[in-house]
Amino acid sequence: MIRNVEVMVIGGGPAGLCAARAASEAGAHVLLLERDDVPGGQLVKQTHKFFGSERQYAGDRGIFIGQMLVKEVTEDPRIEVMTDATVLGMYEDGVVTVLKDNQHLKFRPKKTIVCTGAAEKFLTFPNNDLPGIYGAGAVQTLMNVGGVKPADRVVMVGAGNIGLIVSYQMLQAGVDVACVVEAAPNIGGFLVHAAKLRRAGVPIRTGWTVKEAYGNGKLEGVILCQLDEKWQQIPGTEVDCPCDTLCLAVGLTPLSELCWQAGCHMEFIRELSGHVPITDENLMTSVEGLYAAGDVSGIEEASSAMVEGRLAGYAVAVSLGYDVERAQKEVEAARAELVELRSGPMGGKIRAGLVKVAEKRGEAGC
Amino acid sequence: MRIEQHPILQFDRGEKVTFTFNGQKVEGYTSETIAAALHAAGIRELGHSQNLNRPRGLFCAIGNCSSCFMTVDGEPNVRVCVTKLKDGMVVEEQEGKGVVQA
Amino acid sequence: MLIRDGIPTPEDLATVMPSEERLAKGPIAITECFQNIACNPCVAACPQHAISMEPDINATPKVDPDACIGCRVCVARCPGLAIFVVDMTHSEDTALVTLPFEFLPVPEKGQLVCGLNREGAEQGWYPVVRAVSGGKKNMTWMLTLEVPKDKAMEVRNIKVGGYRDGR
Repeated sequence: MIRNVEVMVIGGGPAGLCAARAASEAGAHVLLLERDDVPGGQLVKQTHKFFGSERQYAGDRGIFIGQMLVKEVTEDPRIEVMTDATVLGMYEDGVVTVLKDNQHLKFRPKKTIVCTGAAEKFLTFPNNDLPGIYGAGAVQTLMNVGGVKPADRVVMVGAGNIGLIVSYQMLQAGVDVACVVEAAPNIGGFLVHAAKLRRAGVPIRTGWTVKEAYGNGKLEGVILCQLDEKWQQIPGTEVDCPCDTLCLAVGLTPLSELCWQAGCHMEFIRELSGHVPITDENLMTSVEGLYAAGDVSGIEEASSAMVEGRLAGYAVAVSLGYDVERAQKEVEAARAELVELRSGPMGGKIRAGLVKVAEKRGEAGC
Repeated sequence: MRIEQHPILQFDRGEKVTFTFNGQKVEGYTSETIAAALHAAGIRELGHSQNLNRPRGLFCAIGNCSSCFMTVDGEPNVRVCVTKLKDGMVVEEQEGKGVVQA
Repeated sequence: MLIRDGIPTPEDLATVMPSEERLAKGPIAITECFQNIACNPCVAACPQHAISMEPDINATPKVDPDACIGCRVCVARCPGLAIFVVDMTHSEDTALVTLPFEFLPVPEKGQLVCGLNREGAEQGWYPVVRAVSGGKKNMTWMLTLEVPKDKAMEVRNIKVGGYRDGR
């Protein structure tokens, strides 16, 4: 049996929650599919306060923003939330198949918004497979969701926002943070995050990397070394740093498999951190009725993911004919918010990526 | 080790339960994933690689990668990082790719 | 250099430091926020409307020295924990420094804590004269320490735990 659905939102993170809410607010009926047993995505472990403006709940802790969005969505009579539901396939005839409680379910949505987020990248160095080497987000999950002290002494690789924030959160959990190493010459994350880590006594070594890890059956330490301006290791700079945990915060990559499967026009765009679907100004992909919002279409802050979700949700509502005039105004307001969020020097990378997306629209047919 | 006090978070751990890891008794809580309970007990080695038999732990903890596959109650390829703990669970290191029971 | 190691330079600090004359008049907020990022909760937080951001949300905040009364509200509201309040008029030899704090245990009023500078280096032991929670949802504490005047622009954090009783 194939069940008809008006709007399907895939993924219950910041983008998906805001997309579902926006579409429903304009009058559409939404089915929100979440792979985990609770919606919220990675907001469930963000104990720090968010940046941005009031419209993106700036100043509130990510975890509370997540709880508020989840509450709004679960209390919304036009939104059905299905948890423990993994989308398996998107077919040419518009059918979407889902695994739920060992059952293979089939849906035919009129419109679909893919908000599947991102995965952590890995790094190549000898012994990088030792137990004790994790993605920084993994350690954040163990500690802030699982309530487990994830390490005694950790080395963090990457001084982007995730590396800086998770290092600080590990200090809050009582972990000794030996240092943060960053291969680039400059700190990539917000400098206020770096400053609060530094004044807690954590050294941040830019121009450094992990040469190798060592340990007998489990991580016992890492050899760090300095890089020259061509990113080559400088012999003789090696430092032995004993630790039981190494966190990799070396970037995220879009989880865009469903977009590939659906036949969306995909491009590798370095500034967006991987293969992304080309989308139009309403965030619709080259496949009619299929939208993509949040990290799946380019790695950015959660604040932007929320606004993109809202944009796609209202755009879908407009395309279905719900409350068209007002919903269209919301679409435009979201676009303006995104422009503002991306307008500073920190938005340079994403702006460059979006220029490339715009250039590919003709080719993609959207 | 579990976090007892945290400046931002409170942990509602649910009920205390007992499960086995490779035959060894381990305690955990119903709010925890299998991987979290194992980590709290100091167990980080969850399996071995298929070709070189190198020890493996988890990597992503949110069900994206397949680094934490284990056999749970006889079922192979269970992502223990996203599977909640239940009383009496039998958690074992997986041999090879695992055989799916019909 | 801040972008290399997370430590603001004297040149960075000079851009946000209130004048000697203003410091001699009473407490004032110092926003140690040097990067153009899209963030503005401090502007709305200030009951005196003393914090502005021009031309847009990506600008760094500016504190109006005439409007700021050093009320400390912004200290717990800044998501980057980058705002401090310094009162150089507290006594002949000492100043008050209010800083944000998000660790356990939280020191109590009257206890001595080890002050740290922007590099995390120990500066000395100072009494806590005030410890105020930012509230249930905010959860950032505002700790006010009494420090020698020459440490007022150095102490920006405390070492967690090991607090001592009495003076």
